Amino acid sequence: MTTEINKELLLRAYRMMRRIREFEERVHVEFATGEIPGFVHLYAGEEASATGVCLHLRKEDYVASTHRGHGHCIAKGMALRSMMAEIYGKKSGICGGKGGSMHVADLALGMMGANGIVGGGGPLICGAALAAKIKKTDHVAICFFGDGGSNQGTILESLNLASVLQLPAIFVAENNGYAESTSSRWAVATGNIADRGAAFGMPAAIVDGHDFFAVYEAAGESIQRARSGGGPSLIEVKVNRYFGHFEGDQQSYRGPDEVKKLRETKDCLVLFRGRVTKQNLLTNKELDEIDAEVSNEVQDAVAFAKQSPKPQASDLLTDVYIAYA
Amino acid sequence: MARKISFKQAINEAIAQEMGRDETVIVMGEDNVGGMGGDGERDAWGGVLGVTKGLYGKYGDRVMDTPISESAFVGAAIGAAACGLRPVVELMFVDFMGVCFDQIFNQAAKFRYMFGGKAVTPVVVRTMIGAGFRAAAQHSQCLYSLFTHIPGLKCVVPSSPYDAKGLLIQSIRDNDPVIFFEHKLLYGLESEVPEESYTIPLGEANIVREGDDVTIVAIARMVHVAQQAAEELAKEGIHVEIIDPRTTSPLDEETILDSVAHTGRLVVVDESHPRCNMATDIAALVAQKAFGDLKSPVTMVSGPHVPVPFSDALEDLYIPSPAKVKNAVKEVLEYAK
Repeated sequence: MTTEINKELLLRAYRMMRRIREFEERVHVEFATGEIPGFVHLYAGEEASATGVCLHLRKEDYVASTHRGHGHCIAKGMALRSMMAEIYGKKSGICGGKGGSMHVADLALGMMGANGIVGGGGPLICGAALAAKIKKTDHVAICFFGDGGSNQGTILESLNLASVLQLPAIFVAENNGYAESTSSRWAVATGNIADRGAAFGMPAAIVDGHDFFAVYEAAGESIQRARSGGGPSLIEVKVNRYFGHFEGDQQSYRGPDEVKKLRETKDCLVLFRGRVTKQNLLTNKELDEIDAEVSNEVQDAVAFAKQSPKPQASDLLTDVYIAYA
Repeated sequence: MARKISFKQAINEAIAQEMGRDETVIVMGEDNVGGMGGDGERDAWGGVLGVTKGLYGKYGDRVMDTPISESAFVGAAIGAAACGLRPVVELMFVDFMGVCFDQIFNQAAKFRYMFGGKAVTPVVVRTMIGAGFRAAAQHSQCLYSLFTHIPGLKCVVPSSPYDAKGLLIQSIRDNDPVIFFEHKLLYGLESEVPEESYTIPLGEANIVREGDDVTIVAIARMVHVAQQAAEELAKEGIHVEIIDPRTTSPLDEETILDSVAHTGRLVVVDESHPRCNMATDIAALVAQKAFGDLKSPVTMVSGPHVPVPFSDALEDLYIPSPAKVKNAVKEVLEYAK
């Protein structure tokens, strides 16, 4: 284990995963009311991935996310209020209501944005890692992408570029089994995305994405390697999503009871709770308290978002350029 | 006598001076060092046509070769810009935008708006444009109109060594993403260029030649085609005014409209394909904002609606010529209702 797992870290990990789950389950409910506009892609089921990676990060480290980006944003420390308000398209949103769910970003936190373009974050994260290298810092840059993104040229090019330039970049492939509705068993020619690491001369690992500890350990090793000048890595996180590609997806491409079984047997929160209580690292009471606190936090975020005003007409034309003659 | 240098040298000098002034300026692109990893000279090429030659010797690791992966390295330049560097990245030929445009128009151009005004992306994408190199359909286009269409990008189309240097320095210092289009047939053109650093604001047209009869708006190399036409027309007693917008985004509408108010006649010369190009854009601008000033319809001189051909016999027909510009000028002068 590259970083010691102590009680404080376990509490943080559980809180982060619970925060993501609660946020996403709530967005699912609120979306159904029709109040949230546009496309929303939920991260529920994958919490251990964002959490296991981002708990190693500092504010100065960079993360590029995907269209399924809420979990990465929360794990990188984004405030729930302004994030929820953004998803509602409100002026008080982190992007002033101009980005929405697919473009939530907070550069001050090193969160380079969810991204509406599959594979779009790969090159950007090479740039973030290049900036870290040129400035001679020990900052790292994380590119989250999915099994769909793994087939994009941008990701494959970025793996090569990161390796050629020996950039402090970590490519985290969250293989949740489906690119929209198309199974990764069908669409990823190598079967495992991690198998492609060898093609680009970088270390690669496969981890169980429902197991926080497995993700945390693999990410820690890769991040430490990158920080110390050892170059990029690829981590494939085998995981599942509980909801559809987007809200409203009937998911008829999934097997009968597939999601039900996943929720029963592959819930990172349940697995985490089972392990830490069995080993007497945390108590059920401590975890229940976090559940209650997070529930209030998300309730507060939703209330804030709902009561926030929408952008004004005058906001339409601003924020295109810094200066334009 | 003032010093004369080429368009290519002016660009090199602008980058070198900015790299000396600001250590966050980096250079990256295919062959920009030009010999990385081989057994010969490390900086053998300095860019495919030698524009960045010598920078590696001066600035070392801040000048980088990249694999032929435009999406990855143009995107990396954009990402690095969002993280505090000022990359000058080379997209060798603008025709290659097809393999990396997403990073430019969906990422760089939109960061600031999508992220609620918080992103700063000071990247410069240098790229070659233009026909006349016998380089055929995939290495000869003038695609600046496609970039001009996109909010969030600035587009610079210099026509002289003096402008190239001043506009490039301004572009590097600019905090928005800038696409800097270099017409490959201008690289050898020489003119007086001050040795010291200077800037030319983006969005200020240059009145290249003054005249009373017809306004010609011309872009990049077409400024020189227009000048040749103007000299021949002057011998016939026809005096044209030539406006070089120098940037297509922002576009200096005022200088164009003022000139048309004076002459009442407009010819736009744009080497690019004729549909939805800068000529149609400027024609629409003038039709909308200066209809009352016009004494004749606006005439556009552009390439035809075909890919750029290879054979010199065909390519020379493709490129707007001084003769075509002269004809257009006469057409607007002879127009009678």
